[in-house]
Amino acid sequence: MMRLAFIAAAALVLSACGDKPQTAAGVKSDAPAFQSVTGPGNAYNAPGWKAGDKAAWEQQLKTRTQAGQNEYNRVK
Amino acid sequence: MARMKFVCDAERCIECNGCVTACKNENEVPWGVNRRRVVTLNDGVPGEKSISVACMHCSDAPCMAVCPVNCFYRTEEGVVLHDKDVCIGCGYCSYACPFGAPQFPSQGTFGVRGKMDKCTFCAGGPEVNGSQAEFEKYGRNRLAEGKLPACAEQCSTKALIAGDGDVVADIFRNRVVQRGKGAEVWGWGTAYGAKQAGQPPANGAKS
Repeated sequence: MMRLAFIAAAALVLSACGDKPQTAAGVKSDAPAFQSVTGPGNAYNAPGWKAGDKAAWEQQLKTRTQAGQNEYNRVK
Repeated sequence: MARMKFVCDAERCIECNGCVTACKNENEVPWGVNRRRVVTLNDGVPGEKSISVACMHCSDAPCMAVCPVNCFYRTEEGVVLHDKDVCIGCGYCSYACPFGAPQFPSQGTFGVRGKMDKCTFCAGGPEVNGSQAEFEKYGRNRLAEGKLPACAEQCSTKALIAGDGDVVADIFRNRVVQRGKGAEVWGWGTAYGAKQAGQPPANGAKS
């Protein structure tokens, strides 16, 4: 009788130690920038390149950097 | 493409804080959070130098190394971003970052839970590019629009340059060659003294 009571008490006490499984999915995957903005916000996309074209996107950024931030291109 | 990088030209920065304002406006950064700020050394002394500082999107980012929940990730372009849905606001990244980039809002959408906020290189976050959810959590995604960070694009003296690391380096190198000085303002000599190996003698410095 005592043994049964002890087992029941132990089961009751140890049940509090049970750890719920953690199902966090981690970091969500991020779409590459060259896939551009789609939907209502795409009106703000810079012209001169096509969404999804990685090479065109890279060239657009390089051209924009040189045109906007290197004034030696304009004065020489 | 190389990695996306910022460079601030200390010979040109006039401490106008336009970059700080542009960042806050473009990304609607909450009160009390400065993703970017201007730091001035020897303030008020002739020859003072200012630079604009934000997340430098390190190639070997210490924030990523110490994050206990692994909320950081690096994009293909080398931009260090994080997922606010995973961040627990512990602040380890703040201690690890040598630039003081991680910020912790005390109010706002994520403020009550202390989610970390930092410069995204105007590249948003893991939400859908250009979506309202992305804007509310991380700000504008200008890279996905084919644009560069607002802070650099509006810089009136072009002190702050942002873009492909190769192009940024070319622009800065060209400036140094044209004006004959400026590369020595920041670097090993400033941080550790001019007697380090490879440093020019102090009396030979041009600036």
